Amino acid sequence: MSEIALELRGLTVDILTDGGVLHAVRGVSLTARRGETLCVVGESGCGKSLTTLAVMGLLPEGARRGAECMELAGENLLTASPSRLRALRGDRMAMIFQDPMTCLNPSLTIGDQMTETFLHHRKGRARAALDRAVALLERVGIAGAAGRLGQYPHQLSGGLRQRVVIAMALMCEPDVLLADEPTTALDATVQLGILQLLAALQREMHMALVLVTHDLGIVARIADRVAVMYAGEVVEEGEVRAVFDAPRHPYTRGLMNCIPQPGITAPGTRLGTIPGLVPYLVGDVAGCAFRGRCPHAMPACASPVPVREDAGHAWRCLL
Amino acid sequence: MSGAQAVRRARWRGNVGLIIAALVLGIIVLMAVAAPLIAPYDPYEQILDDRMLPPAFVDAERASPTHLLGTDNLGRDYLSRLIYGARISLLIGFFTMLVSGVIGTVLGVAAGFFGGRTDMVVSFLVTTRLSLPVVMVALAVVAVLGGSLQVVVLVLGLLLWDRFAVVMRSATMQVRGRDYVTAARAIGCSVPRILWSEVLPNVVSGLVVIASYEMAQAILLEAALSFLGLGVQPPLPSWGLMVSEAKEFMLFEPWMIMLPGAAICVLVLAINLLGDGIRDLTAPEGRR
Amino acid sequence: MLGFALRRLALALAVGLAVSAIAFLLLRVSGDLAATLAGEEATAAEIERIRGLYGLDRPVIVQYGEWLLRSLRGDLGRSLFYPESVAKLILDRLPNTATLATLGLAVALLLSIPLGVVAALFRNTWIDRLALAMAVLGQAMPSFWFALLLIFFFGITLGWLPVSGTDGLANFVLPALALGWFSTPVLMRLTRAGMVEVLAADYIRTAHAKGLPVRTVLVKHALRNAVAPVVALASVQFGNMLSGSVVIETVFALQGIGYLAWESISRRDFPVVQGILLVVALFYVVLTLVADLLNAWLDPRIRSS
Repeated sequence: MSEIALELRGLTVDILTDGGVLHAVRGVSLTARRGETLCVVGESGCGKSLTTLAVMGLLPEGARRGAECMELAGENLLTASPSRLRALRGDRMAMIFQDPMTCLNPSLTIGDQMTETFLHHRKGRARAALDRAVALLERVGIAGAAGRLGQYPHQLSGGLRQRVVIAMALMCEPDVLLADEPTTALDATVQLGILQLLAALQREMHMALVLVTHDLGIVARIADRVAVMYAGEVVEEGEVRAVFDAPRHPYTRGLMNCIPQPGITAPGTRLGTIPGLVPYLVGDVAGCAFRGRCPHAMPACASPVPVREDAGHAWRCLL
Repeated sequence: MSGAQAVRRARWRGNVGLIIAALVLGIIVLMAVAAPLIAPYDPYEQILDDRMLPPAFVDAERASPTHLLGTDNLGRDYLSRLIYGARISLLIGFFTMLVSGVIGTVLGVAAGFFGGRTDMVVSFLVTTRLSLPVVMVALAVVAVLGGSLQVVVLVLGLLLWDRFAVVMRSATMQVRGRDYVTAARAIGCSVPRILWSEVLPNVVSGLVVIASYEMAQAILLEAALSFLGLGVQPPLPSWGLMVSEAKEFMLFEPWMIMLPGAAICVLVLAINLLGDGIRDLTAPEGRR
Repeated sequence: MLGFALRRLALALAVGLAVSAIAFLLLRVSGDLAATLAGEEATAAEIERIRGLYGLDRPVIVQYGEWLLRSLRGDLGRSLFYPESVAKLILDRLPNTATLATLGLAVALLLSIPLGVVAALFRNTWIDRLALAMAVLGQAMPSFWFALLLIFFFGITLGWLPVSGTDGLANFVLPALALGWFSTPVLMRLTRAGMVEVLAADYIRTAHAKGLPVRTVLVKHALRNAVAPVVALASVQFGNMLSGSVVIETVFALQGIGYLAWESISRRDFPVVQGILLVVALFYVVLTLVADLLNAWLDPRIRSS
């Protein structure tokens, strides 16, 4: 088993709102290993993006995080000073976001934005930074890399921009790359290329890739392990094949019913739905958040539900 | 403190400013209206024996009990002149705002509603107006026509309409695209009718904010013009003129320039805060 | 970029023509310029004499055309009061006003940009509120009164700085302060608003995610994008300073074109007034043209099109 790059236990994120405290993330635990792709999947609002932002320390105003354990390659992120965290960001852990259009500064050149990370963290020479930038641009599949350095973001297409964003994040060879829905804003034709690129880079650089998405198709494609989130909690976690073939949590089962699986779902079958709505997480929330929509709900589900485990496959359910 | 409490407290704080501003403005207006009743003296009456008396809080010994805020170099009661001065500032501010408001609104709404050539012409007019040095132009015209309340209102009114035009133009353009206007045109409503019943009501809130700003601008400009001797003429008690007249005595009797200047400040501040408050009320997401 | 520049130039020419017409017609707004020049006590014969002397009996268009052509060649006529030509009078005083306006703008920017950035960073805290309170107060003060206060405190009471005349650079300090103070509130608010908007942008989050120092994120990434509207407004404010310099220069007896304008208007030295109006207005037209072009060039999206 390769070394752990990111260890997260009991992460909570609370958001102050007009109506009270919103418990957006309620006790999430994740482990990301080097050379492994972990996908965090869930519907909008389940707290998956906030989880990654919390790790990076980039939560918006009005949001507070807490955790039992948050370690990056063994270093405690909870007790680290703000300047230490700033030193780690971009160097040991990097993050890419959803919309490449708005993630790049429109008034700075690609080359400038790529090299500034390297120049700051490695205190290297401009020549070394530029060489590395060109090498990475070529690696992510951008032709004429040297010429691109002087261009501005608006001169590139969406797919190219996202490749630049990826290259930019990898300038310092981080241990962990967090990717928050990196393909959602892109054309379907371009998405696959980006995903394959991420998977290849992860293997080559032996880093941990944590990819947040709502698309189970993406999970099936590149994930080694998957963590299913619902209403601020991880409800099921394990190797992709294990979770997909034999989902244990009713929510995961419901999700599997919703998507057509090639070779499994017979033509003409009606796809399933999960009735009900996501619960409102303001104020005290006890017990299983899914019990309002679960076909197997029991009175015991109103109390905190323990995590069950079986050979690396974990789920939070009484069943 | 929870998020909810913080939001409620911020909203309340904004409203407090608005209420105080409205109160202060109301007091000044009342003071101006009731001037003949509350002013202890005639503002033009010169009591040459009592010249340059300081107010009690400056020099209690030399002060006179009947002249609460002292007298000026011609023996005129300062308090009375300040009270009557409010009339001048308010009148000029209000009517200038009216004149510039009408001009600017007509031009802006026309540009926003009809677009095309009309818009180009109005934009050109605005750009030209913005290229003119306002103070110099106002001074020159007043010098040619002679200084009086009416001339000042006219000149400033013809110079300060640009902001009205710009804001009304964009507000009208926003409204014009809305469905209820298209519907009104579809059923054959005449243009004036549409402007009156559909466009104007939705554009009024922006208008009020600009109106307050322009009124404050007009008051400041009149004060500057009168200070330079090319606005309201003596012996009228314009606050700006009072500062000018007190300028030579600034060294020994600083209160003489402090009082009228502070009066201008307070009035303009109240108007600006009122405008800000109304803007915040009608567009709560405005202040982030 | 070229197409934009040409269109903008055409507009500038049109506006320039319009303001020259206004500068010319302004003094004839009372109807009879000859009567105004002659004064209130003049007889009909004196008025006629003046009318003939200055060619005021010709059609207005002709007078305007002639004046415009002469002005473009640099001949703005002769002063009725000073022995020098209008052009020389203006050129002599222009450096002082230019210095004043530049210093005033520098003061305004030095005050407003840091204050605006700080207010945006500490949005809705007491720092923000204090900055906004100062802005509100600054906007409510008459410029001439603020100038007098400065004179009173710094010049007279403390005696640190000279309060009148144009002898040395020290003479420009208080006037520049007075002039700059007036533009600070609006520039500060604009900086604050721009920063608040930019700081919420995704690319700022990316910059933080790269672990860049806060200073770099603020200045290199945020301010650079927030400052464009401030630059645009600063050029407008510079133009306003030329106009507002009338009041400040007069209070401080600074020999600039603002003071000259006031003197000439008071003395009815109309050729000078006309000349100053034309010069200032045309300068303003050129200024906004340059600012627009500069802004367009700064935006890489327009520059490369």
